[in-house]
Amino acid sequence: MATAPKLEVGVDYKEKYGFFFPEDYVFKAKRGLNEEVVKEISHMKGEPEWMTKFRLRSLEIFRKKPMPTWGADLSRIDFENIFYYLKPAQQQSKSWDELPPEIKETYDRPGVPEAERKFLAGVSAQYESEVVYHSLQEKLQKQGVIFLDTDSALRQHPDLFKEYFGTVIPPADNKFSALNSAVWSGGSFIYVPKGVKVDIPLQAYFRINAENMGQFERTLIICDEDSFVHYIEGCTAPIYTTDSLHSAVVEIIVKKNARCRYTTIQNWSTNVYNLVTKRAMAYADATMEWVDGNLGSQITMKYPSVYLMEPGAKGDVLSVAFAGNGQHQDAGGKMIHVAPNTTSTITSKSISKAGGRTSYRGHVKIYPGANNCKSFVKCDALLLDDESRSDTYPYNDVDAENVTLGHEATVSKVSDEQLFYLMSRGIPRAEAETMIVNGFIEPFTKELPLEYAVELNRLIQLEMEGSVG
Amino acid sequence: MADFEIKDLHAGVEGRQILKGVSLAIDKGEVHAVMGPNGSGKSTLSHTLMGHPGYTVDSGEVLFKGQNILELEPDERARLGMFLAFQYPVVVPGISMANFLRTALNSKRGYDGKDKSKQVTPKEFRSLLKGELEVLHMDDSFLPRYINDGFSGGEKKRAEILQMAVLKPEIAILDETDSGLDIDSIKFVAEAVNRMRGPELGVLIITHYTRILEFIKPDFVHVLVDGKFVLSGGSEVADRLERTGYSEWGKEETAQHAQPQEVS
Repeated sequence: MATAPKLEVGVDYKEKYGFFFPEDYVFKAKRGLNEEVVKEISHMKGEPEWMTKFRLRSLEIFRKKPMPTWGADLSRIDFENIFYYLKPAQQQSKSWDELPPEIKETYDRPGVPEAERKFLAGVSAQYESEVVYHSLQEKLQKQGVIFLDTDSALRQHPDLFKEYFGTVIPPADNKFSALNSAVWSGGSFIYVPKGVKVDIPLQAYFRINAENMGQFERTLIICDEDSFVHYIEGCTAPIYTTDSLHSAVVEIIVKKNARCRYTTIQNWSTNVYNLVTKRAMAYADATMEWVDGNLGSQITMKYPSVYLMEPGAKGDVLSVAFAGNGQHQDAGGKMIHVAPNTTSTITSKSISKAGGRTSYRGHVKIYPGANNCKSFVKCDALLLDDESRSDTYPYNDVDAENVTLGHEATVSKVSDEQLFYLMSRGIPRAEAETMIVNGFIEPFTKELPLEYAVELNRLIQLEMEGSVG
Repeated sequence: MADFEIKDLHAGVEGRQILKGVSLAIDKGEVHAVMGPNGSGKSTLSHTLMGHPGYTVDSGEVLFKGQNILELEPDERARLGMFLAFQYPVVVPGISMANFLRTALNSKRGYDGKDKSKQVTPKEFRSLLKGELEVLHMDDSFLPRYINDGFSGGEKKRAEILQMAVLKPEIAILDETDSGLDIDSIKFVAEAVNRMRGPELGVLIITHYTRILEFIKPDFVHVLVDGKFVLSGGSEVADRLERTGYSEWGKEETAQHAQPQEVS
C-alpha cells in the first residue's frame, strides 16, 4: 500500500476558501500593547470608567504573569507585533443588505451554513474585532431574551453586565484571560430570562481577516432558572504569512435547572494561535454542555470547563481536534466538582495527520465534601500516519468519598482492512479515508445541527484532500 | 477469450507463496465454484483478485475487459465491475449503511462530486433498496446502522449480498458466504444471488463446504488443493466432495457442513 506523502495543510487555503479581501478599516490601532492602547480602546468605545480601570488592571496582571510553559510551545508569540483593536465599519449594520459588499462576500465563501442565512435575523456575525451585523429576532425580544454583541450589552444593560462580567473567569485566572480582559472587543452577550426556552440556536460567525491582528472577543451568557439556550459559534480564517493571535474568553452562568449548550466549530488558518478560556458555572440541577470542534490554527490550547457548584449539576464536554502538518491541538476539558451529587463527562476525539500533533489534556477535580459524584472521561485518538503524534494528559484529584471516576483512552490508526473494504466497493482511497475519519468523529457530528454537521464533514474533506498518493 | 480470465496466478502473503499457478476462465452467465480444504489458498485467491494490500502477486495476470486488473487499485477493480462479498465483513463505525451504499453507488457511476447527472437521486436510491431488502428479508432499520457494527453473522452476509445487488457487478466473488450462516439466511442469500444470475453476471463462489451449492447451483466446480486446481468439472464434482471430502488429496477434511450454525 502506498505510503502517505507529507502534506502541507493550509498552503492552498487561499484557493480553497478564497477570502482575502482588501482591508478597509475605519480605525486601525498601532501594533503593540501598553496603557495608551488600552485607554484608547476603552475611549473609542465610550466605556464607563469601571471598565477602563478593569482593562488597565488586567493589563498589569497580564504583564506580571509568566508565559505558560506546561502545554504547547508559545514562545514565538510576539505581543508587540499585534494589533489589538480594529474597527471595520463606523457603525454596526442593522440589516444584511447594509453590509459592505466585500464583507458579504466573505460570508458567502466558505459555505456559511444555510441555517445562518435562514436565521440571519438572529445572527451576530463578527468581522474583525467588532460585531458588524447584528439584529434580534422579534420573537426573542418578546421573550425578553437579550442577544447583543458584548460592547452594545455594556452600553444598553450596564447593571446586568456589571453583575456577571468577569465573575466566572477573573483577569488573574491566566495570562491570556488577563490579556483578553485588557483588550477585549466584540463577542456575544446573551441573557435568557427565567423559564424561557430559546428554540432556535443563536449563532455567530467569526472571521479574522487582517494580518497580524489579534482577536479578543468576549462572550458572556447568563441562563436564568429553568431556561435553555443553544449558542453556536463557528470560525474560519484566511491564511497569512505572519502569526496571528486569537484569545477569547467565554463566561457562562447556568442557574438552577437551566441548560446551556455552547457549540463551536473553529477552523482558523494554520498560522493562528488559538488560546481560549471557556468556563461555565452550573448551579443546582443545571446542565452545561460544551461541544467544541477545533480544526485549523497553528496551536490551539483550549479546555472548556464546568464548575459544578450545587447538587444535581451536570457538565459535558465533547471535543474534536484535527491536527495537520505543523499544527498542535492541545485540547480537552475540565470538570470541577464543588458540590455533592454532581456528574460530568468528557469525550475527546482527536485526529492527527501528516506530522500533526494532538494532545488531550483534562482535569477532573472533586473537592472535599463533594461526595457521590460521577465523572467519566473518554479520549480516542486516530493517527493517519506514522509521523503524527497523540498524547494524553489526564489529571484527576479526588478528595471526596463514594466517587465514581472512569477513564478510557484509545489510540488507533486508519486500518488497512477498513480502507480495503470501502475501496472494494469502488470508493476511491482519499474518499474512503475521509469517510473513516468522519465516521470516527460521528459521535461529535451527530450532536451538531444538520447544517453544521455537513459543514464539518466538508471541512474534514478539505483537510483530507491530497493526503494520500 | 473468456470475459474474466485468471492466468497462471502465483501469489502469496507474508512472504509465503500460496497460489502456485492458478488458471481459470469465467464467462458472464456462468457460476463457478472453487472448493478447497483449509489452507488451500481460497482466501488468498479472493483477496488477491480484489487487490488486498497484504497479498503479493509473484506472477501471472488476471484479464478483465482488456486490462490486467492486478495492476489496478481495489476501487478501480470495483468500478470496472468486480465485487467481493467478504468472508469477514469489516466494521466501520460512524458511517451508516445507507451512506456507505449511496457513496459506493455514486463512485460506481463515476460521480466525483461534480457532475450531478451521475449522482443517484434519493428517490432512485430508495426504490432500488426497497426491492432488494425484501428479497433478503431485511428491513429499513438496517440502513441507519453503522457498517457491520453489531451485526449478527447472518446480517453481515446479507448486507454483503445487498451491496452486490445495489452495485450490480459483472464478476462477483462470494468468499465463504455460507460460513456462519443459519439455513434460513443461506436460503435468503441464495435467493438473492439466483435472482441476479443472468447473462450479465459471472459468479465465483469460494467455499469449503458444499452446502451453499445446494442452493446456488454451479455450472463448474474446481477443487483447490495446496494452491493449485486438482480437479475441475461440472456440479457432479461437488457431489463427489460431498461424499468423500478432500481425502483423495490427503486432506482429512469433510466438505459437508456439520450443522447449521450462527456465528457472529
